[in-house]
Amino acid sequence: MKRFLSALRRLLPQLAALGIILLLNAMISPGFFHVEMQNGRLYGSLIDVINRGAPVALLAIGMTLVIATKGIDLSVGAVMAITGAVAASLITQGYPLVATLGGTLAVGLFCGLWNGALVALLDIQPIIATLILMVAGRGIAQLITEGIILTFNDKPDLIFVGSGAFLGLPMPFIIWFVMAILMVTIVRRTALGLLIEAIGVNRRASTLSGVGSRSLLFAVYATSGLCAAIAGIIAAADIKGADANNAGLWLELDAILAVVIGGNSLLGGRFSIAGSLIGAMIMQSVNTGILLSGFPPEFNLIIKAVIILIILVVQSPTSQSLWTFLRRDRHPTAKQERAVR
Amino acid sequence: MANETPLLRAKGVSKSFFGVAALDDVDFTLRSGEVHALLGENGAGKSTLIKVITGAYRRDAGEVLLEGKPIFPRDVLDAQALGIGTVYQEVNLLPNLSVAENLYLGRQPKRFGMIDMRAMNRLSRELLKRYGLDIDVAAPLSSFSVAIQQIIAIARAVDISGKVLILDEPTASLDTHEVEMLFSVVRQLRAEGLGIIFISHFLDQVFSIADTITVLRNGRLIASRAVEGLERIDLVSMMLGRRLEEAEDTGNGVAADTGGETVIKVRHLGKRGVLAPFDLDVKRGEVVGIAGLLGSGRTETAQLLFGIERADGGTVEVEGQATNLASPQKAVHAGFGFCPEDRKTDGIIGDLSVRENIALALQARRGWAKPLSRREQDDLASQYIEALDIRTAGAEMPVKFLSGGNQQKVLLARWLATNPRFLILDEPTRGIDVGAHAEIIRLIRRLCADGMSLLVISSELEELVGYSARVLVLRDRRHVAELVGEEVSTTGILKAIAASGTTGAAA
Repeated sequence: MKRFLSALRRLLPQLAALGIILLLNAMISPGFFHVEMQNGRLYGSLIDVINRGAPVALLAIGMTLVIATKGIDLSVGAVMAITGAVAASLITQGYPLVATLGGTLAVGLFCGLWNGALVALLDIQPIIATLILMVAGRGIAQLITEGIILTFNDKPDLIFVGSGAFLGLPMPFIIWFVMAILMVTIVRRTALGLLIEAIGVNRRASTLSGVGSRSLLFAVYATSGLCAAIAGIIAAADIKGADANNAGLWLELDAILAVVIGGNSLLGGRFSIAGSLIGAMIMQSVNTGILLSGFPPEFNLIIKAVIILIILVVQSPTSQSLWTFLRRDRHPTAKQERAVR
Repeated sequence: MANETPLLRAKGVSKSFFGVAALDDVDFTLRSGEVHALLGENGAGKSTLIKVITGAYRRDAGEVLLEGKPIFPRDVLDAQALGIGTVYQEVNLLPNLSVAENLYLGRQPKRFGMIDMRAMNRLSRELLKRYGLDIDVAAPLSSFSVAIQQIIAIARAVDISGKVLILDEPTASLDTHEVEMLFSVVRQLRAEGLGIIFISHFLDQVFSIADTITVLRNGRLIASRAVEGLERIDLVSMMLGRRLEEAEDTGNGVAADTGGETVIKVRHLGKRGVLAPFDLDVKRGEVVGIAGLLGSGRTETAQLLFGIERADGGTVEVEGQATNLASPQKAVHAGFGFCPEDRKTDGIIGDLSVRENIALALQARRGWAKPLSRREQDDLASQYIEALDIRTAGAEMPVKFLSGGNQQKVLLARWLATNPRFLILDEPTRGIDVGAHAEIIRLIRRLCADGMSLLVISSELEELVGYSARVLVLRDRRHVAELVGEEVSTTGILKAIAASGTTGAAA
């Protein structure tokens, strides 16, 4: 319980940012917090946020682990395109759902292992290593779909993954939430979290302490590939087809932003998956808010950039120390209290 | 002398951080043509005093006079302009630029508004000639040894500032020849009338170069004395505030043969271009020392034994079992431990806590699926913090905030937690303060008495002689001698190192 509370306190800036964005949304569109049950399923803008934010949330889970090792995975958007194409291709060829999902996840895993091999075995810088698949990925996806948008309007079971509901909640939300609980449990209940943080801070020193840095790097990139595959399936199921050109386009950048807004350092080390997920929800709230506000769509990206800039500036170490400094001057007693402690 | 205005004078300087005094009413006087050593354990206030003088910190009270005039340097650049230049342990120049560019960075000679490369190179050559360096100034800085880089940094600092030169542990990563080269430069600058402040942990070096010594302890001035007539033991007790029993212990009271069984048996282990094949036997409860100049293959021996460098021939038996040491992971599984020489890059995981740093090797050996519970980690941390007297504000403190000596103890704790058969220590006492130094030596003796086998690499020969049952001597990437029993002495080691006509001794 104590540890839970201290984790909550660490995430306070992120939670505060999310709260402020949600309040702003509510001011723009008064019915924002309204959630209602229709046909055994919840509807409302809040539900929309947790539903639409699924791909970035999933990518952010894998990206958090990769970034914790001082790496980065630029290929996740392209892997979404590849895996979406694989899923559409398998299901239209008549494979059952389980085989389709299994095959698609295997392809995502393979993509992650490829990145892992480049980074861990060949020691290529992660940004370059994953750029290769980022560039090649959409080409591979086009080869799989043979250049067309592969639709599967007649496959309700796969479509259910993208737009169905379970216990009143949308499937994409349930999938990312379960995945998040699973990953947090795996990294924090085993020693993986500690070892990942150790190689992120100082890979050489960790290796010299007997940590199997190579296999850990393989594992985090494979996880990232797997998360991208799940996101790819959701994105394809949502539009009932695989679009090799647009599926997951630029989402790697959204995922990186979510991780950073979540308070994780790009220099590796300490990480918080929960923080990244809050980051992903902040991004989606901004997206939804802009749509609800009725601004002309050409302003969307600029408004989004400005809001993210504000969040990052407020979180930056410089403004944090400025904040402490200003507070100390206004309340001279605070300094004394600190001295007493 | 009494009438002469001192070059630099600090009077009653105080500085505190969050109510904790780092400097308390400290006086310091530096004369022209003097090398003034500033000594004290870690945390004594040496670097705070330097930072106050160079403008990196602002003093809370007191005054600093340069040639009798009060100065208030706003920052390091300001202090440089006033005539106070600083050279740090880690050379803070740009390795990818040429020597000349480094010397004239920010003040390049210009012609028609463009940098005049030819003039810059000519000026650089002339400048370095004064220091006895005749090198290609157009070559990148990184192509020269650390010692040469230090001298280039000194040349730059003196050329810019020219009155006071502060050397902050300049010799920490140099070997004896290089130290001598650096010292001849320092002596020359002293003769030219500069005032030089010299910070070092090496007492030998202090005695060989300094004219005056100022000792700080816990932010206070303890004494300021001329080196002449100062006894080494007095200096150490001033620094520590107590007598140090083992400071001068050089006798070899270690039995040559403990009669224990052989734990590690190495035959013809070597790697082409790295280290000639060597044999090594280490018995239970035995300390084997390794001596040699820097670059003689000492660290390489450790790296081959710990699987960091993969050997291209030879065998290793651990307690009679043939063992494959292809990676550090395998070495750790075989019960080996290794405290590397470069703590910052190869040892500590800076951002992680003391607790996590201590638990790391044991956790790595158990594998990720068998985590040490938080309780076990806490117990491990508090046990070793107490046993090794690690000074930290708590087990959750990031290890990067600890002093060098305490970081070294954390590394030792990391390996002791794995209960190793065989522990390799590479320069375990380098760059740490006198108090921690003695504690680590005591610890080495205790571990050996408890039956652990150790291989210790050290440049401090007295120290090595003090605890080693045998000493291996290396030269030119080859094991050249093994000294046993009576032969284990400082002079014996020096003779072995110098045997084939090569001169010099380890620092």
